Amino acid sequence: MPEQKIPLWEVFIRSRNGLAHKHVGSLHAADAAMALQAARDVYTRRGEGLSLWVVPSAAIVASDPADKDVMFEPTASKIYRHPTFYEVPDEVGHM
Amino acid sequence: MYTQALNARENAVPVGSPEDADRAARFQARIDAEERIEPNDWMPEAYRRTLTRQISQHAHSEIVGMLPEGNWITRAPTLKRKAALLAKVQDEAGHGLYLYSAAETLGTSREELFDQLLAGRAKYSSIFNYPTLTWADIGAIGWLVDGAAIMNQIPLCRCSYGPYARAMIRVCKEESFHQRQGYEIMLTLCRGTPEQKAMAQDALNRWWWPCLMMFGPPDAESQHSDQSAKWKIKRFSNDELRQKFVDATVPQGQYLGLTFPDPDLAYDEAAGHWRYGRIDWEEFKQVLAGNGPCNRQRMKQRRDAHAAGAWVREAAMAHAEKRARRAAQADAVPQAA
Ligand SMILES: [Fe+2]
Ligand SMILES: [Fe+2]
Repeated sequence: MPEQKIPLWEVFIRSRNGLAHKHVGSLHAADAAMALQAARDVYTRRGEGLSLWVVPSAAIVASDPADKDVMFEPTASKIYRHPTFYEVPDEVGHM
Repeated sequence: MYTQALNARENAVPVGSPEDADRAARFQARIDAEERIEPNDWMPEAYRRTLTRQISQHAHSEIVGMLPEGNWITRAPTLKRKAALLAKVQDEAGHGLYLYSAAETLGTSREELFDQLLAGRAKYSSIFNYPTLTWADIGAIGWLVDGAAIMNQIPLCRCSYGPYARAMIRVCKEESFHQRQGYEIMLTLCRGTPEQKAMAQDALNRWWWPCLMMFGPPDAESQHSDQSAKWKIKRFSNDELRQKFVDATVPQGQYLGLTFPDPDLAYDEAAGHWRYGRIDWEEFKQVLAGNGPCNRQRMKQRRDAHAAGAWVREAAMAHAEKRARRAAQADAVPQAA
């Protein structure tokens, strides 16, 4: 009988106070408690973090790389979203 | 550690549709521009296959590589050495897991990769089929085997495949400790009694040539290098990496007061390189073919460990399912009026 597949989890670490959790890799574990324990052993052996998240890989919805242009290209032309688009006379000082 | 160009040549890539040719050209342009390829990006099947094979072999090597060193954990000479060896072997387990994760992003499951190893269909680095006969072997492995691995792995941090490159960055950060603790063991033995120094010399004698083989066959016979270089999976040839390793390692051995088991080893002033003698490639072939001193023992230990852990995996899954079922039932209970 083939062995049952053990679910895949994505691991995120907050490396320092004030920083966001960042994706570091993945691992297999039967449940959330074991995933957290394994994440600690596999990804934080040298003080890499202060906090861990584990998320079932199946729960992640990702954009399709093929849609990259449709998704992200339009922002390139919207230069009026940037402060440098607007002119403020030097006499006004820093703004 | 330890990727090695091991397997047979890939079958010829089937001729794709014009659309595929177009995508392949765009893919190569991205590689040429030093962009990283990510799991969901389109990639040629041969690129996927090559990487799956290389990364999984690399992962298997980390895992099998725990066995020769694990052999000495209970017999380490001091508590400090024991703690360091335990930490190193645990790191190697971690390296295996980072690498299996990276390999899985290419679409082959962990179970399938384990299966390939345990069924003898996948290879792992030849070096782990040699025995660790004395404590000095633990020093020699850290110094030489991890040293060779570092040479191999540093360029892989810039590999075109993102998950592999990122895994290698983590691995490289940890390898330096491995090499230094090994060298320190050698140094301690070399400064010890004549018997201890002889033990260190004996370990160097046995590990030196197999370590040079870790870089894989000579460039003239290497089967993957051209395509791997074009894909920026491999950035230096086997012989280039081997030479870098020899150049870095010979002075370290001289500092220890040890003699390399190679009468032809000589410094080439003009080129600025240490020239080494002929490597016994027949031995390399034999070890890869399963006829090294420990191949059968290593595979048996892996298979036994995997089989002995089956009930734990089953129990963990059964427990998780039971908890999930109970949680679902609790949710389904109607609220009391
Ligand atoms: Fe390693
Ligand atoms: Fe290592």
